[in-house]
Amino acid sequence: MQERDPRSTSLSGLDINGVYSRDDLKDWSPEHDLGAPGEFPYTRGVYPTMYRGRFWTMRQFAGFGSADDTNRRLKYLLERGQNGLSIAFDMPTLMGIDADDPLAHGEVGHCGVAISSLADMERLFEDIPLDQITTSMTINGPAAVIFAMYLAAAEKRGISFASLGGTVQNDILKEYIAQKEWLFPPEPSLRLITDTIAYCAKRVPKWHPVSISGYHIREAGSTAVQELAFTLYDGLTYVEAAVKAGLTVDSFAPRLSFFFNVHNDFFEEIAKFRAARRLWAREMARRYQPKDPRSLQLRCHAQTAGCSLTAQQPMNNVVRTTLQALAAVLGGTQSLHTNSMDETLALPSEEAVKLALRTQQLIAQESEVTNTVDPLGGSYYLETLTNRLEEAVLDYFRKLDDLGGMVKAIERGFPQREILDASQRYQREVERKERIVVGVSDYLEQESRSIPILKIGPEVEREQVTRLSDLRKSRDSFRMAGAIEELQEAASCGENVMPSLIEAVKAKATLGEICAALKEVFGTYRESVVL
Amino acid sequence: MAVAATPIRVLIGKVGLDGHDRGVKLIARALRDAGTEVIYTGLHQTPEQVVNTAIQEDVDAIGLSILSGAHNTLFRRVLELLKEQGGEDIVLFGGGIIPDDDLAALKAAGVRALFGPGAPMNEIVDFVKGLRS
Repeated sequence: MQERDPRSTSLSGLDINGVYSRDDLKDWSPEHDLGAPGEFPYTRGVYPTMYRGRFWTMRQFAGFGSADDTNRRLKYLLERGQNGLSIAFDMPTLMGIDADDPLAHGEVGHCGVAISSLADMERLFEDIPLDQITTSMTINGPAAVIFAMYLAAAEKRGISFASLGGTVQNDILKEYIAQKEWLFPPEPSLRLITDTIAYCAKRVPKWHPVSISGYHIREAGSTAVQELAFTLYDGLTYVEAAVKAGLTVDSFAPRLSFFFNVHNDFFEEIAKFRAARRLWAREMARRYQPKDPRSLQLRCHAQTAGCSLTAQQPMNNVVRTTLQALAAVLGGTQSLHTNSMDETLALPSEEAVKLALRTQQLIAQESEVTNTVDPLGGSYYLETLTNRLEEAVLDYFRKLDDLGGMVKAIERGFPQREILDASQRYQREVERKERIVVGVSDYLEQESRSIPILKIGPEVEREQVTRLSDLRKSRDSFRMAGAIEELQEAASCGENVMPSLIEAVKAKATLGEICAALKEVFGTYRESVVL
Repeated sequence: MAVAATPIRVLIGKVGLDGHDRGVKLIARALRDAGTEVIYTGLHQTPEQVVNTAIQEDVDAIGLSILSGAHNTLFRRVLELLKEQGGEDIVLFGGGIIPDDDLAALKAAGVRALFGPGAPMNEIVDFVKGLRS
């Protein structure tokens, strides 16, 4: 019988056969390529028992309006069974400027929470036990400053640094590649990251100082292969920078974490998580020969693909997200965010985010997929896909090596162009109806969007500007200026900046003031436009 | 006899602080491929920069992408500056994540067209080509 228009390529453009068999795995050996769960090369997962021991952390990305607005949302999520926090900051905060900067006008509190000072950070976490819950903060350019605020907020409440667990994203390379929120040029940015890695190794041992992120690379339009290749190569670049700065690999590598997208192609995504673990273990072993096996283990957070959601027929997004979340679980993620159905329209409403969280709880408690570790391991198709992804990633590694490393590749626009070309290919496939997007390119309905959405009023900006002006009037400006001077001194002489950043935020210097002071030392960055 | 028309000139750019440039770059490429002269400003432009460039480059239209939620402030500011600087004949259009209520208000304020998520590329190209007819 003739096949129904057989899809011959994966979402990422890999050729896909109708049936797979033993013949596809001739060079594959279970001992060498699979191993047991919790054992090298960790294809089957980083822990021996995986979700039989403990479910993944359910961590919904949240932030909007003022620190108080977001504090209420965090408590709402915790009360409904979420067990980790994840903070979204607004655009001014992400770009290291204060809410009263002219460039911030119209943006305060819109894409996330507005945090301009230590006082804001304290209000954000009011009544939340920082020593009992882990917090992930999606912040990159000014990550060291925001991390200093978090540490100072904990210190003021008498919580020891050693008891703090969580993550700062702090992954600047993917900013130049995809998300485009940078403050400084690549070299000083890498140095700031190395400073946070070194500081955590010594003082905040349970913290993840970097979350090496493919999420944004994928959202910018990359394929699964590119997402894996650029992300893992970014990770190796951070390891190299830290080793060059004199750290031993085992003193920090176990605390590196990763963050991946989970897109629509179900099996390709499951294979992606497995290939990621195997690639990282093999590359780390080959390049750095760590003694601690944890230095070889890739632990990750995952988020369902925001770019796969549609504004048309938004309820369909619940189904998309469910399938993607299931792929992340079958792929063995350590932590997961499920997108809300209304996120193509606005930040999620309470109802929408609750349903997104419930989606994870349903998978964990009702689907029974958590009973067996790597339940799809050994499938001809999945193992072939895992192999194919690994080979394709290694091809990219060779190209990046030839270009002289990631920083040079970025300066030449290489990853940016690869992603843009892939995104254009996908867009053309959709426009030609070679790929169907339900509710957009087919199965259309004449309907108006009628789901309730969250709105951020102009009072958020007004109030934040007032708070900042009060802060500037009430502080000891002599102490503040002294702290900024010491910070600049540390930044220019190559000392670790974390201690002086903590002093500066305690002296009530604002995020914008601190970042401006660092720009005087480090300079700024302008990208060469790739079109 | 018909006079050969000069190609339509469009400034395409991102205002505000957000760095989501996947959509805007695809649109810039699509317009370029359709024979439009595209001036792409890159990221993090202020309304002042956009309007200055638009007037200097004598463009027919400005197309702006905003995904940060700052659309109400930034589109209005661009319209204001165009008026102040004698650029009222330049058509302003845009795209991004813009809720329905804001959509209607912005169109009433003078934004000619707004394209939401999932808008087909040829619709945007046809809109720009149609500006001269």
